Amino acid sequence: MSKRWIVALKVLAHAACLGPIAWLLWHLYLSVTTDPSALGPDPTHTVTFFTGRGTLRLLVITLAVTPVRRLIPKLSWLVRFRRLLGLYAFFYACLHLLTYVWLYAGWSWSAMVDDISQRRFITAGLAAWLMLLPLALTSTSWSIRKLGGRNWNRLHWLTYAAAIAGCVHYWWGVKTGVKTPLTITVVLGVLLLARPLLKQRALAKAPREESKSAA
Amino acid sequence: MLILKKNDIRSSEITPKETFMNRRAFMAGAAATGLGAIAAGRAFAMGSPEQNVADLQKLATVKSPLSTPGLTLTPLQDITHYNNFYEFGVNKDDPAKNAWRLKTRPWSIEVEGLVKQKKTFDIDALLKLKPLEDRVYRFRCVEAWSMVIPWVGYSLSEFINACDPLPSAKYVQFLSLANSKEELLPWNSGISWPYSEGLRMDEAMHPLTLLTFGLYGEVLPNQDGAPVRVVVPWKYGFKSAKSIVKVKFVKDQPPTTWNELAPDEYGFYSNVNPNRDHPRWSQKRERVIGAPIFRQLQPTLMFNGYQDQVAKLYAGMNLMKDY
Repeated sequence: MSKRWIVALKVLAHAACLGPIAWLLWHLYLSVTTDPSALGPDPTHTVTFFTGRGTLRLLVITLAVTPVRRLIPKLSWLVRFRRLLGLYAFFYACLHLLTYVWLYAGWSWSAMVDDISQRRFITAGLAAWLMLLPLALTSTSWSIRKLGGRNWNRLHWLTYAAAIAGCVHYWWGVKTGVKTPLTITVVLGVLLLARPLLKQRALAKAPREESKSAA
Repeated sequence: MLILKKNDIRSSEITPKETFMNRRAFMAGAAATGLGAIAAGRAFAMGSPEQNVADLQKLATVKSPLSTPGLTLTPLQDITHYNNFYEFGVNKDDPAKNAWRLKTRPWSIEVEGLVKQKKTFDIDALLKLKPLEDRVYRFRCVEAWSMVIPWVGYSLSEFINACDPLPSAKYVQFLSLANSKEELLPWNSGISWPYSEGLRMDEAMHPLTLLTFGLYGEVLPNQDGAPVRVVVPWKYGFKSAKSIVKVKFVKDQPPTTWNELAPDEYGFYSNVNPNRDHPRWSQKRERVIGAPIFRQLQPTLMFNGYQDQVAKLYAGMNLMKDY
């Protein structure tokens, strides 16, 4: 993959991640100016689901980078997109949190404390955001050097925990009978299974290659 | 096809329903022809002509002192496109897409159980039983959103008196239509059809409890529970059963749909109560449907603002326990 291609693809990735935000901001602008129904009958709910689903999708895509590289070594260059995708996932998560703090809790501390202590779906969501926070903070190359690759890797396993917490948050948040979180849950499940399976495959392959070179 | 006459038109004079129904039957026929090769269940779920809200018939109404003054009405567009009516699908926009299949004529309500005599009321007779009143009520869904709806109907007590229940009747149960030819009745909703709701007799007899035939001065759009439903303004929306076909007077508390599905989330009483939170979200606040995004949030009122009228029904009860 040439440098020029990487740059072009990075521009594309930024556009893909920022596009939905631009759409949201544009409709938000419309809804407060000319067309109150631009974000549907329940705009708060629309924004909440938009940012929440965006977070989970980006997290899952970020998590897919490593298994895809293992499976298709030709796509190894994908790793250069992982930080970008992960940071956008955090950005969406921040917007999601802001929606809650502003539009649901109305900046009321007592309402937030009440929600966090009593409602498990909010607790799970906050836990997911808190797990993403150190990952975003340690996303610089400087942090990787400072922590050392091994420690940094260990810390960033938290991405899995955050994605699981996010899915649980989604299931607990929707009402009985609604199955919308199913797709993202299945995809995450496949990714969670892929890691150990791919590792096993790599281990099984390694000795064979060794014996080949010995012969 | 609808001719708007002056406001004092009697319900007995409204345009014959046949004209209206012919058109709908024609549309259903057209849809069926177009999709003839596809299995019926499949065809049902596909895009269908929405019931045209502008085609609804005007009802003759009188003013009511029981209407709630000083509220901003929710736009008709939102009242008819943001619905929980699981018979027509679990998403908010499903009823607007699918409810056109509902046939509201002929229609009757069967009355049975603890009554002097079993009776069947035809919908057109019910429309003439008492003068129809305009009643603006707050409408609070258990999902923490709210609307303000100008309903049309008369107090359910008028109907109950016409039913002649026995003194032994302590509760009244409402059963909604469950007809797989006209409704989706989704299995994945977890609901065992028909939808059932119920009220204690004194709640049902309260003058605010409305037997409802219309909104915004016209007959109920299908997706809002046509042709007849109840509206209990101080309770969460799911207590207000739609498209009612049977009314039963009973001695014991009847089984009710959402209560059976998740008893810790939805109580039999389900009075609007900002102090008793849903296990998964707060009931202290609500989002006003159709309001601008930064002004959607408002505090929820005890008994949805009808405390003065209804609190006495629950004197001595622990509303945190009997939610």
